Amino acid sequence: MIADLTQIVLTLALLVVLAMPLGLYMAKVYTGEITYLSFAERALLGPAGVTPKAEQHWTTYTLSLLAFTAAGFAVLFLILRFQHLLPLNPQGFDGLPAHLAFNTAISFVTNTNWQSYGGETTMSLLSQMVGLTTQNFVSAASGMAVAAAVARGLASRQARTLGNFWRDLVRSILYVLLPLAIVLALALVLLGVPQTLDASVSANTLEGAEQTIALGPVASQIAIKQLGTNGGGFFNVNSAHPFENPTAISNLFTLISILLIPVAFCFTYGRMVGDARQGRALFAAMGVMLVVAVAGLYAAERIGNPLHAGLIDPASGNMEGKEVRFGIVGSVLWAAFTTAASNGSVNAMHDSLTPLGGLVAMLQMQLGEVVFGGVGVGLTGMLLFVILTVFLAGLMVGRTPEYLGKKIEAREVKLAALTLMIMPIGVLVLAALAIAAGTAQTSVQDAGPHGLSELLYAYSSATGNNGSAFAGFNAATPWHDTFLGIAMLFARFGYIVPILAIAGSLAAKKTTPPSAGTFPTYGPLFVTLLVATIVIVGALTFLPVLALGPIAEQVSILAGKSF
Amino acid sequence: MSKHPPADIALLAPAILGPAAIQAFRKLDPRSLARNPVIFTTAVVSALATILVAREAMTGGPALWIGLQITAWLWITVLFANFAEAVAEGRGKARADSFRATRTTTGAKVLLGVGDLYEFKDAELLEPGDLVLVEAGETIPTDGEVIEGIASIDESAITGESAPVIRESGGDRSAVTGGTRVVSDWIKVKVTAKPGETFLDRMIALVEGARRQKTPNEIALDILLAGLTLVFLFVVVTLPVFAGWSGTTVPMIYLVALFVTLIPTTIGGLLSAIGIAGMDRLVKANVIAKSGRAVEAAGDIDVLLLDKTGTITFGNRMAAAFEPAPGVSERELAEAAWLSSLADDTPEGKSIVDLAVKRFGFHDDAAKATASFVPFTAHTRMSGADLADGTRIRKGAVDAINSDAGRPADATLDAVVRRIAGSGGTPLAVSRDGRVLGIIHLKDVVKPGIRHRFAELRRMGIRTVMITGDNPLTAAAIAAEAGVDDFLAEATPERKLDLIRREQAEGRLVAMCGDGSNDAPALAQADVGVAMNSGTPAAKEAGNLIDLDSDPTKLIEIVMVGKQLLISRGALTTFSIANDVAKYFAILPALFVVAYPGLAVFDVMGLGSPQSAILSAIIFNALVIVALIPIALKGVRYTPASASALLSRNLLVYGLGGLVAPFAGIKAIDLVVDLLHLA
Repeated sequence: MIADLTQIVLTLALLVVLAMPLGLYMAKVYTGEITYLSFAERALLGPAGVTPKAEQHWTTYTLSLLAFTAAGFAVLFLILRFQHLLPLNPQGFDGLPAHLAFNTAISFVTNTNWQSYGGETTMSLLSQMVGLTTQNFVSAASGMAVAAAVARGLASRQARTLGNFWRDLVRSILYVLLPLAIVLALALVLLGVPQTLDASVSANTLEGAEQTIALGPVASQIAIKQLGTNGGGFFNVNSAHPFENPTAISNLFTLISILLIPVAFCFTYGRMVGDARQGRALFAAMGVMLVVAVAGLYAAERIGNPLHAGLIDPASGNMEGKEVRFGIVGSVLWAAFTTAASNGSVNAMHDSLTPLGGLVAMLQMQLGEVVFGGVGVGLTGMLLFVILTVFLAGLMVGRTPEYLGKKIEAREVKLAALTLMIMPIGVLVLAALAIAAGTAQTSVQDAGPHGLSELLYAYSSATGNNGSAFAGFNAATPWHDTFLGIAMLFARFGYIVPILAIAGSLAAKKTTPPSAGTFPTYGPLFVTLLVATIVIVGALTFLPVLALGPIAEQVSILAGKSF
Repeated sequence: MSKHPPADIALLAPAILGPAAIQAFRKLDPRSLARNPVIFTTAVVSALATILVAREAMTGGPALWIGLQITAWLWITVLFANFAEAVAEGRGKARADSFRATRTTTGAKVLLGVGDLYEFKDAELLEPGDLVLVEAGETIPTDGEVIEGIASIDESAITGESAPVIRESGGDRSAVTGGTRVVSDWIKVKVTAKPGETFLDRMIALVEGARRQKTPNEIALDILLAGLTLVFLFVVVTLPVFAGWSGTTVPMIYLVALFVTLIPTTIGGLLSAIGIAGMDRLVKANVIAKSGRAVEAAGDIDVLLLDKTGTITFGNRMAAAFEPAPGVSERELAEAAWLSSLADDTPEGKSIVDLAVKRFGFHDDAAKATASFVPFTAHTRMSGADLADGTRIRKGAVDAINSDAGRPADATLDAVVRRIAGSGGTPLAVSRDGRVLGIIHLKDVVKPGIRHRFAELRRMGIRTVMITGDNPLTAAAIAAEAGVDDFLAEATPERKLDLIRREQAEGRLVAMCGDGSNDAPALAQADVGVAMNSGTPAAKEAGNLIDLDSDPTKLIEIVMVGKQLLISRGALTTFSIANDVAKYFAILPALFVVAYPGLAVFDVMGLGSPQSAILSAIIFNALVIVALIPIALKGVRYTPASASALLSRNLLVYGLGGLVAPFAGIKAIDLVVDLLHLA
């Protein structure tokens, strides 16, 4: 218990210690104070006609992002569909069926990395390296660009522009993702993760049977899948695979990389809007929710399944679906981190979490991926809640609500209120549709409330752009591939476009200097209020269905009934 | 002067409640309901429930009795919301009727342009530019400007002020308002208002809320409430599918009940009442807002520009101290000053007498009868008295007295003079028989309590700036004494306008008041411009609020009303949303406990039965609207404080209260429902 607690506290502490300086560094990257790679920037942007001073209105910024994503989708879709015709396919895998290529391409361009397939048995090396790894970088970088643009918009006074998408994109990759990914990949190689163009090696097992062990450029893909909140593993079992995650040290490194950039963004934000307290308030709100999630998951898994009482050693907790190498605490931390950030990589099977443990993981996604969330977009998702909180509670101080001196008016409220629809539509409506169409029943592995949890988890993961799988749910059907794909696309841009519009509208407004009459958007009271708003909105939306899923399962187990 | 502001109408007077109850049914008209998305949705759902119950009645289903009750309470929810709005409107209507009674029905004497020839014309047909003659005892037919003559006018119909005021052509007192009465003399008035757009018309429309437009913040809140309603629609519509998965069916009527309890009916039902009541509070303070937008903006004010004279100080210099010359007692000086001022009718003179009497208790004895008084002239710049015994007392400007005495100023007194001037005061020298006795310190007296008021404003985050024509030295002294944050000395209309522009450029919202035509540009530029009713038509046109009492300190009250309006809205919204938590705890176990008996853990209130749980929740949901009508009309209690202090308090009362209250309320209703065997 003490050892577990120490591990949790040390992991969190190490994460924050690394994220703070990174955040300040990133702020300087986005404000253009750091320029040591300007030659590379010029080389990439110059031919595209982007001058160092080029600025974009929010509409142009958004269109650039959408065009870039659409192009990325088209290229990836074609690579996956026709990988059998392309080089670097040593295992001779077939091209992907259309619905799977569609789902996978959307999944990677939206930074979701939901995998309806098993990596080592489906994807050619070219698909993995050129197709998927490229999107691991650029989909993460576009999310980061959004955050940079929004922070800039909030910080500026009566400005028409939010920056330049292409510059933000290139800077995110050059100054942040690439250096961090190189360092992490080298460290992982050192720790024993393979990095090779050989597809597999053959080995003779002790029984004398021949075994084919899949290999590939693993380390490079793992590094970016963790850092860019991508989560799409090289191997099907993701970070539970010994080649993805061989040791306790590699587990710690990859675990911290999940949340490193999302946490850093809080500090980047504080620096960019010129008030560190604003960034710290967001960090505190996200941090409180993360700690509660870790505690909830830990308690649920440590106590384990009461039906097993007397059958197994109660001290071991719920070890079903977990790697013995990582144990309860290593798996719990990962489950909490990966669903907090919209990473989606796993080192344990979430389907085997206790019902309440599964509920915590699911709820983190259903809250809209704002507990640090995806790189960049987690921060902007949180800002949407900040705007709603400021609007609801800000009236109570007797002024038109304002955030960072910008008045929150009908236009901003309309855009923010629209984003409230995304989770209910993506999760509730699409899951209900799947049930009504009869496709949910055939895809789940279990009956009753656990089956419902499997279904809900899949749609929560897609709509949250998380990508983690609960397992026990066969998503590789045309229906689910299509609708999960739609959910990913809808959620990604359903959040990004409104927040960029809000940033554009706020950038154009005057900034009222703060006074004693200003609603303070920092400090414990505001953090409490923000967390309460997020939890109440999330709870009110999902409590009924969660009551029928994980909660029903938990109370039934307590009553001695399993499914 | 006596004031009788529009008679206050008791918060829930029977005269208003009766018609409001009828109005609540009239407002079931879909066109009227459509203005309020949340209540409109509730009405649609109620209609749906009615159909469900009718079907149940025909098929003889088992859920008829409970369904009937739920449907009834749904309609009651809609009616309660309509009732809240009708009560708020009723209060305004009662006020409008009293205004309407003053509207003239007699004809107006329209001048034909040839001497004093006129013809009678219906007052409602007067066009801008028409010239009308109004004589003693007649009512002024419409708004206009005096172009000839001078008259005393009784404006009590509009302002509640019984003392007549003077209106004359030219200058800043030329505006007259339709509905007021000429008491003496006659005036010729040039009509400035189009028919139906007079001040009185605007006021009636305003308090009646007939053409009430939603304010920007109200629109934003409406959007958010509609958004939340939509979210709950998704939740409730998908629920039967998930229930089906779990092998249970949820009766349609229960879903309907769940939906209506979840959507923000409380704030939805009270929102327009809050807005109307806010305007009503302003009218009660004798202020007319030209738009609801101005009231909201008043709550946002960062900078308050206040004229020194009349707002911060009484407007006249008053004697504050006697400073005797060396070798002269204070009493001696005071007596001389007193004697010299006995016949001085200026405010300064009176204040000298008052101070002397207060300090030394001089009696108004024979001196007044025997002395002969020397009045002030611009030439001598002195006044005084020659007593019967030949004593010659003079008071006046220091240099005038000195030269009259024929000697240079005493060095000690010189220092006193400089000190007084330096502090913003006016020194007045007193001499007796050519000997300078000392100096009277006259100063601008700051109104008592104003300093406290400014401290309050500062706590609210509002900066006060004093505007004065005084020189910077004098201005600084008064500013320090009054406790304003800043001042603009030697102010001209241009400098005032510049100051407003500068503050606005830095992102601040500025409020000011004014009355003269030269104030008009600044009034128009300010975010909140309060024009004095006594002011010129130009000023009244430029401002977005008009103070009927012409009291510049009213600005502070207006800010309070604006803040209270926003706070009431925010507090009731928070309360409404926080309520939902308890409703889930009542309804969810009721819906699903058959499928999963373990879910009974949610039933923390220990409600009688699933049916009574649902019924109690929907009854609570309806009753809470009525219970909150008084708060919506009176406004949430507001005491000036910093934003953090206000937030903590309101969150505690309305946030935490909103979480906890329904648990108690639903439980109590459940006990009654059980007792009466309603479910």
